Amino acid sequence: MSETIDKYLKLSGLEPLVVTPESNFINVGERTNVAGSKKFLRLIKEEKFEEALDIARHQVEGGAQLIDINMDDGLIDGKEAMVKFLNLVIAEPDIARVPIVIDSSKWDIIEAGLQVVQGKCVVNSISLKEGKEQFINQAKLIKRYGAAVIVMAFDEEGQADNYDRRLEIAKRSYDILVNEVKYPPEDIIFDLNVFPVATGMDEHKRNALDFIEATRWVKKNLPYCNVSGGISNVSFSFRGNNPVREAMHSVFLYHAIKAGMNIGIVNPTMLEVYDDIPKDLLERVEDVILNRREDATERLLEFAESVVGKARESKVDLSWREEPLQNRINRALVKGIDQYIVEDVEEARKSVSKPIEVIEDNLMTGMNVVGDLFGSGKMFLPQVVKSARVMKKAVAYLLPFIEEEKLLNPQVGDSKGAGKILMATVKGDVHDIGKNIVSVVLACNNYEIVDLGVMVPPEKIINSAKEENVDIIGLSGLITPSLDEMVFLAKEMDRQNFKVPLLIGGATTSKAHTAVKIDPQYQNTVVHVNDASRAVTVVGDLLQKESADGYKKSIKLDYEVFRDKFLKRSKHKEYKTIEEARNNKFNIDWQAKQIVKPKELGIQVIDNIDLEKLLPYIDWIPFFRSWELHGRYPDILTDEVVGAQATELFSDAQAMLKKVVEEKQLKAKGIFGLFPANTINEDDIEVDLSEGKQIFRTLRQQLKKREGAPNFALSDFIAPKETGIQDYIGCFCVSTGFGTAALAKEYEKNHDDYNAIMIKAIADRLAEAFAEYLHKEIRTNHWGYAEDEQLNNEDLIKESYKGIRPAPGYPACPDHLEKLTIWEVLGVKEKIGVEVTESLAMWPAASVSGYYFANPDARYFGLGKIKEDQVQDFAKRKGIKLEEAMKWLAPSISED
Amino acid sequence: MKNIVDILKERILILDGAMGTMLQRYKFKEYDFRGERFKEWPVALQGNNDLLSLTQPEAIATVHGKYFEAGADIVETNTFSGTTIAMADYHMEELVYELNYESARIAKKVADEFTAREPHKPRFIAGSIGPTNKTASMSPDVNDPGFRAVSFGELRIAYKQQVEALIDGGVDILLVETIFDTLNAKAALFAIEEVKEERNLEIPIMVSGTITDASGRTLSGQTAEAFLISISHIPILSVGFNCALGASQLVPHLEVISAKTDFAVSAHPNAGLPNAFGEYDETPEMMASQIKEYLEKGLVNIVGGCCGTTPEHIAAMAKLVKDYKPRQTVIPA
Repeated sequence: MSETIDKYLKLSGLEPLVVTPESNFINVGERTNVAGSKKFLRLIKEEKFEEALDIARHQVEGGAQLIDINMDDGLIDGKEAMVKFLNLVIAEPDIARVPIVIDSSKWDIIEAGLQVVQGKCVVNSISLKEGKEQFINQAKLIKRYGAAVIVMAFDEEGQADNYDRRLEIAKRSYDILVNEVKYPPEDIIFDLNVFPVATGMDEHKRNALDFIEATRWVKKNLPYCNVSGGISNVSFSFRGNNPVREAMHSVFLYHAIKAGMNIGIVNPTMLEVYDDIPKDLLERVEDVILNRREDATERLLEFAESVVGKARESKVDLSWREEPLQNRINRALVKGIDQYIVEDVEEARKSVSKPIEVIEDNLMTGMNVVGDLFGSGKMFLPQVVKSARVMKKAVAYLLPFIEEEKLLNPQVGDSKGAGKILMATVKGDVHDIGKNIVSVVLACNNYEIVDLGVMVPPEKIINSAKEENVDIIGLSGLITPSLDEMVFLAKEMDRQNFKVPLLIGGATTSKAHTAVKIDPQYQNTVVHVNDASRAVTVVGDLLQKESADGYKKSIKLDYEVFRDKFLKRSKHKEYKTIEEARNNKFNIDWQAKQIVKPKELGIQVIDNIDLEKLLPYIDWIPFFRSWELHGRYPDILTDEVVGAQATELFSDAQAMLKKVVEEKQLKAKGIFGLFPANTINEDDIEVDLSEGKQIFRTLRQQLKKREGAPNFALSDFIAPKETGIQDYIGCFCVSTGFGTAALAKEYEKNHDDYNAIMIKAIADRLAEAFAEYLHKEIRTNHWGYAEDEQLNNEDLIKESYKGIRPAPGYPACPDHLEKLTIWEVLGVKEKIGVEVTESLAMWPAASVSGYYFANPDARYFGLGKIKEDQVQDFAKRKGIKLEEAMKWLAPSISED
Repeated sequence: MKNIVDILKERILILDGAMGTMLQRYKFKEYDFRGERFKEWPVALQGNNDLLSLTQPEAIATVHGKYFEAGADIVETNTFSGTTIAMADYHMEELVYELNYESARIAKKVADEFTAREPHKPRFIAGSIGPTNKTASMSPDVNDPGFRAVSFGELRIAYKQQVEALIDGGVDILLVETIFDTLNAKAALFAIEEVKEERNLEIPIMVSGTITDASGRTLSGQTAEAFLISISHIPILSVGFNCALGASQLVPHLEVISAKTDFAVSAHPNAGLPNAFGEYDETPEMMASQIKEYLEKGLVNIVGGCCGTTPEHIAAMAKLVKDYKPRQTVIPA
């Protein structure tokens, strides 16, 4: 058998650690060792595991590639503490990403540790101390658990304390492990015992040198194995004199690493840079470590008395403030530090003839650095928005000077930016987080932004575009009716002979819709742009004088090809007639089902609920997505690429959330109702209100599916009237958006787009959390059909609860018109003040509404596309004109 | 009959597709699941697919046959949930030995028939060992992250029972699959090693993890390479991924392990990602066209299907792999 994969020590936590000959020295964190850290011991004794975890986290953040965990202390139950602490470590992705060294002199603690860690650990340690038989048994089990092992140079006779004994024990251990246990040699790590030098005793003089030489021999003669050691032992006799100890550690490490030691425990704060050790100290330390002179110890002792140990001060590094002005400005922009920007900008202003030059020159130079870093993926969106905050602060400071300059020299024209871009959320839509982010990022790149805000009617967009003579128009929308608005605007721009490119963005938009529906309406360029980083390049390409024409042509062509392909592809799908679909509805055996009657029928208003109650229900995943940081919370916080940014963003969000809750900055209101109901005529749900009846209209899937798969409609989850069984339905609306707009405006006034966007993102999360919270209350209290459910937040996010709460405008019921019925049934506007716009978006934006279905068989589904026969039927049932039904259901109507 | 290790050096082997998807077509109802024998069982049994090996053995054998017919070299026994831990929901802990033993027998019988008919293409059965429904390195309670619903020791005992029954029933391979928590898998591997030692036998082991989302990690948070390192301590036949993602999404993860292991590499992805209805709609052609990328890049030695795949999907793969050489590898003899 030959090998293609090299035999390297490979370990794993959540992430791999492969130790190759090219690897730098692998540093093991040792502060999570009760023998090595008094603080850790105290925390474990007092069962303060949270704080103990912080020590582990601190080690990993400080660069430890492995963490050594040891619970050997007479006063604690080592096994229990080891298992408990490891279980907690495993639950912290930012710690658990590194492999773990399970350290104990007791086998039962080691084995208990091995049973709770999924990654490949290191066992510290086994040895021949208790004889060969036990050594083999333990090694076999360690192999079966899948761990590497540290082997102490120790045997039945005692610890190896000279060169020959180290060799003898290492060789014997290696041969037993490799030949008898079949232990992989690359998984063996020898600890060859680091002993102190300069103790004054002659037999200790060669301690360091013997270790180094033995290391060299082991690496040469015992293939693939590794060598480790605890470094601080070597300087034991100089306790209290840190400068000397630090120098000794570096010198010892320097030589041991050259000899082949590749793993070890080093306290990085107790280490001097080898090249920075003063010459005279270095010489004396090397004399001791390498035993080069008879009087080495005396000479170092003598010298040591002259070296005064100084406590190192730790403070914020402000050395960058000493650098040249442009460097300082660049750094402030890249790092988002606004503390000194006014002072720097003032300095810059004094050095130029016209204040505008500070913007055009100094600030833009800095923003170009930001743009380059962002473009190459080295900065992330939240950082860029922070940069913009610094930029805005600088510009705000300069503006009065620029105005003054204009008065003095009116002949000088306005500065010409890179281009002017109009941004608007279309009529009827209130969502603007994404639009604002794109605006900020574009502004960072020197584009002038004309932001018309939300719910902007088409005439206003057209007129402003003309008045402001903009170079590009950007439209955004989140709800499906906005798609039609965009199509309308494209048509209108074409009719009025517009030439400027049209950008399309927002959650509901897609390349498909843009290519198929919008692009054909406008003879000029239409581009779908769904993230901020792409927006910069697209806008850049569109406004690049030399190459823009070619780019525009290529876009037009790309969309044409895409459109053709899309239209061809969509013809594959086959549909049933609405009658056939109804015949294949989802059947529930109503006789066998127990329907739970709600405990509290009728309508209830929840006024001003304490936001604190909602916190446990927040789903953070969409929050990160809205900032274009991709990954799953909480893993995203430790993600290799965006982890640092995500963590920072998250802590900013937490701080704001805390303030919002404590100061009650947002108001949460909700309303819900539970009513008797039955399905009538297959697809309608008749709701029995005390003052009469209302009907919810549902839509049914029409796509032809494989045999046995039903064509769902929400009405399938409510008992049909003809069964004679009384069933029930609920509906609700919650909002946490009251106050958001004012707060955002306040931030914007202070040039703080970062927090203006943040407050909206947080309000959105709270609204979703409110909906989640209320649904739980409904299930366990008000309706009470799942009184004994035990679900944690993760289960909620995964929707593993019983019953569903579909929302109009979402996949199961994409028809936004149903919101009007809910509003009427509950009196939403009158009772809690949430309104719907002409496009049926809810205002305030941070609102959620929907239905409650309690049947355990009720499930979320997507309607998919429907055919015109259902649209006609729907219009008839609802008593509206076919054209109106077509308009509202357009996104769901199949093209072929 | 040729040894599977030798065959693996010559060509790419085909593993079967989903059992569950095929069983759904039978639309078995509660009473079908119960059969005569479990008529009076105190809890609902519908959904306990493993039980069908006892109550609807014909159906199980038919599905195995369809996959062999489609070109599969290996079919998995109908034992994904065959541990005391996973069977506890149905109060069927006592039946675990019988479930595994009978499932293995059913599959073995079908395999032997095909091998007899086509001796040039021997058929194998792999004992499917699922992840159970509990995780050893994650807490089900967010408020108590240190809590564990199951221990390594409990898993080891449960897996050992399953492994012994599968071996008694005649499986050729043990397949530890759909690993979302590597610690569970390590307990299974530990148990297998114990059985191997006690019975002094060798049996090939396939290990297959599950990458659950686009972040490229297992549910328990490991990257593909960390997962590989964590299960490479015993000699296995193959390592790979199944379930959760469609074929295309698996490519980057297969590239990682393919480059970093000497073991054979396997992949049995889902038929795409589930649609809004929780169904899989990638056609055999769509899936095969994605599997083609594995073959062109030389990433795999064994391919098959997981959720949503059918004999048609497997047939498309079987047809495809004929033209490709297996990934170069070193498999312990």
